[in-house]
Amino acid sequence: MSSAHQQLVRLSRPSSKPKAMVEISVDGEAVSVPEGSTILDACKKLGKDIPTLCWHQTLTPANVCRVCMVELEGARTLVPSCSREVEPGMKVKTRNERVDLTRRLVLEMLGSSVDLSISPGTPEMIAEYDARPERFGPDAANVARPVKDDNALYVRDYSKCILCYRCVQACGDDHQNTFAIAVAGRGFDAHISTEFDTPLPNSACVYCGNCIAVCPTGALIARREWQMRGDNTWDESKQTTTDTICPYCGVGCTLTLHVQDGEIVKATSPFGNDVTLGNLCIKGRFGWQHVQNREAD
Amino acid sequence: MEETDVVLLWGSNARNAHPIWFHHLLKGIRNHGTRLYVIDPRRSESAQWADAWLGNHVGSDIALANAMGREIIHAGLCSRDFIANACSGFEEYAKGVEEYTLERGEELTGVPADVIRECAHAYARAEKAMICWTLGITQHHDATEAVFALINLCLLTGHIGKWGSGLNPLRGQNNVQGGGDMGAIPNRLPGFQQITDPAVRERFEKHWGVKLQPNVGWNLTEMLDAMDRGKLTSLFVIGENPAHSDADANHVEHVLAKLDHLVVQEIYMTRTAELAHVVLPTVASWCEATGTVTNSERRVQLCRKAIEPPEGTRDELWIINEIGTRLGKDLGATGPEAMWNELRVLAPHMYEGMTYERLARYDGLQWPCPSADHPGTVFLHDRLWKKGAERGPAAPFNVVHHEGPVEKPDAEYPFTLTTGRHLDAYNTGIQTSGYSSPMTRGETLDISPEDADRIGITSGIRVRVASRRGSVVVPARIDEGLRPGVVFMTLHYPDDAVTNMLTINASDLAAGTAEFKACAVSVEPETSVSPARSALGAMPASA
Repeated sequence: MSSAHQQLVRLSRPSSKPKAMVEISVDGEAVSVPEGSTILDACKKLGKDIPTLCWHQTLTPANVCRVCMVELEGARTLVPSCSREVEPGMKVKTRNERVDLTRRLVLEMLGSSVDLSISPGTPEMIAEYDARPERFGPDAANVARPVKDDNALYVRDYSKCILCYRCVQACGDDHQNTFAIAVAGRGFDAHISTEFDTPLPNSACVYCGNCIAVCPTGALIARREWQMRGDNTWDESKQTTTDTICPYCGVGCTLTLHVQDGEIVKATSPFGNDVTLGNLCIKGRFGWQHVQNREAD
Repeated sequence: MEETDVVLLWGSNARNAHPIWFHHLLKGIRNHGTRLYVIDPRRSESAQWADAWLGNHVGSDIALANAMGREIIHAGLCSRDFIANACSGFEEYAKGVEEYTLERGEELTGVPADVIRECAHAYARAEKAMICWTLGITQHHDATEAVFALINLCLLTGHIGKWGSGLNPLRGQNNVQGGGDMGAIPNRLPGFQQITDPAVRERFEKHWGVKLQPNVGWNLTEMLDAMDRGKLTSLFVIGENPAHSDADANHVEHVLAKLDHLVVQEIYMTRTAELAHVVLPTVASWCEATGTVTNSERRVQLCRKAIEPPEGTRDELWIINEIGTRLGKDLGATGPEAMWNELRVLAPHMYEGMTYERLARYDGLQWPCPSADHPGTVFLHDRLWKKGAERGPAAPFNVVHHEGPVEKPDAEYPFTLTTGRHLDAYNTGIQTSGYSSPMTRGETLDISPEDADRIGITSGIRVRVASRRGSVVVPARIDEGLRPGVVFMTLHYPDDAVTNMLTINASDLAAGTAEFKACAVSVEPETSVSPARSALGAMPASA
């Protein structure tokens, strides 16, 4: 939808210089993409499914998960397809024993140390690469820690955190520019933290929930969803989504209302929407309950 | 927004009130190097992102704009070719602003002369620049003049009708723009067409099969006056809470009580609904019904029904159609899409190309969109850069002068109270009281550290805030973003305090918007006995 709209907008825009096209080869197939594109862009253009965890369409690549690695002819090491820009004549292999081994290893190390149970698509990824996180045994080191439950709107369960940096970038200079969170500590102690690990209500957080929107593992989760998952009532197969417009100001953010059993259980915005890029403010993301407070005072 | 060079954010705290729009501005600041000037009596959350904050006196915007205009003219920075091609009234404007020297500007606005100069030069020298404003401009008794003052700057520099340039009033609700476009203002029919134009009326009369009255109606404040004078005796209020949202709340309740018949169509039992003779329970239009809204950039967008409304409520269109039927007129088109298509016929210059299907496909379209292959219009007024007949009517300069707020501080009421929004709350709090914001702090009187010291209060101390119209008691909160003499409250928490008991119903003659942004108040610790309070002994105080 939105790319159609972007095409419309481009019609009205003063002509900017068209970008030169760069041709590379992916698994023996030739593909041309505009200069500045990444290997991942080229792969997507060919319809190739490269696994990613930290990469997100609205964020600057953080380059940390190493699951999107591909083999580049002439390069000593594998390269991250999400951030490596195309150069003319590159020859890329997206699947071979070396690539698969790397992906398997990454998934096994993440899978053994982090709770990936509600991370959409990740269990499937683990199966596809035949990763066996359990082979490190029950005593494998893990990042488990108590759930941080310190405010009315969302819950942080860092036992599910793979340190992909998406939340840090959404809160920081990619979108929100609030800078309430960053990675603190080093090595196995590295974790997402507010300043001095202060509870969220004492931090700079403004509860836009744009970190929740991009979290790939459910480590950051809206309270309603967390409660329903706890009660075993969260059932995405029973949910419908409807796009409407947020009522709270004149910007016109598209709100996707997730409805289960006739009740709004979550609000998001499409990442491809060019008003929001998937972002909302506290009112849009959490301010919908008033239509469901139906008991008389 | 993301490719403009200079933005004057005037009378707006968009970081709080339009957070996602502010994201786009931040992308400009960070990636493009956009320079931001924030003009606001408060050093707001938005001002923290500015290259310069111009902390002017409340209601001194016209003086500031005129001083900038004079400086641009004297520095030889105006866009002569643009003015010669597209504008009228430049000579009069130049004469009109001549008295607003930088020194006089500093005197009237409190902004240092060299900062006014810097801001004027930055705006005038930019290749692309925008002026964006909100209620800090429009909630004053001379709001229309203040908007003219900003338009003058834009015409002077030719920052209009081009990519990355222009004038941008940021709307405060999802359909402020759409409401006006649909004719919910006293002088317009749907499609922003003049009701006084016989040719326009004839087209609507033919389509609707009724005779239309030709007169311009009353705006909100004129309606309140008419109720007071007994000229307006029946009122149908749809989704508005004037008892809390209008200035001088005591007076508003007083005139609402005079009505013979008050009908309120609402999703909540608001204060206004409590006063009504008949309440028509209806649905939340943004999630329990289908229809369109129009955002700040004129983008018509689809709202869709996501959940079933509560039992016993009726759809808004059903109610209006049913009232029509019972008054003896079948209103014809039923259902949101049929009504939308009627609009496309009656206002084809704006909407013909906007089918529901296209609105869905493109995530909305910006009017005018006159045909099925039209991409919508990203910015307006590019005609001003064309020559001859293509240019159309000239854009006029309007000479306007500084008056300042109607109610100026004096010995008895020494502070200027201005109002605005918190990030996590909305208008009179009807919707946002429905969720638990960790940031909510309820109503406070925000006051500068200097003033707090002077009257001997600290944060959390309960203070009585009194104006000539009423008084409220709220906790004080020290805000270093405020300058001495200015205090701040919101309208969000009527259960804590009805701030509009204090505000003044001095309204702009053209637009009818009241001066929510400026009234004179006194502030005293609640324990002391104040002469102001005893003088207001009979006034109800909200706790």
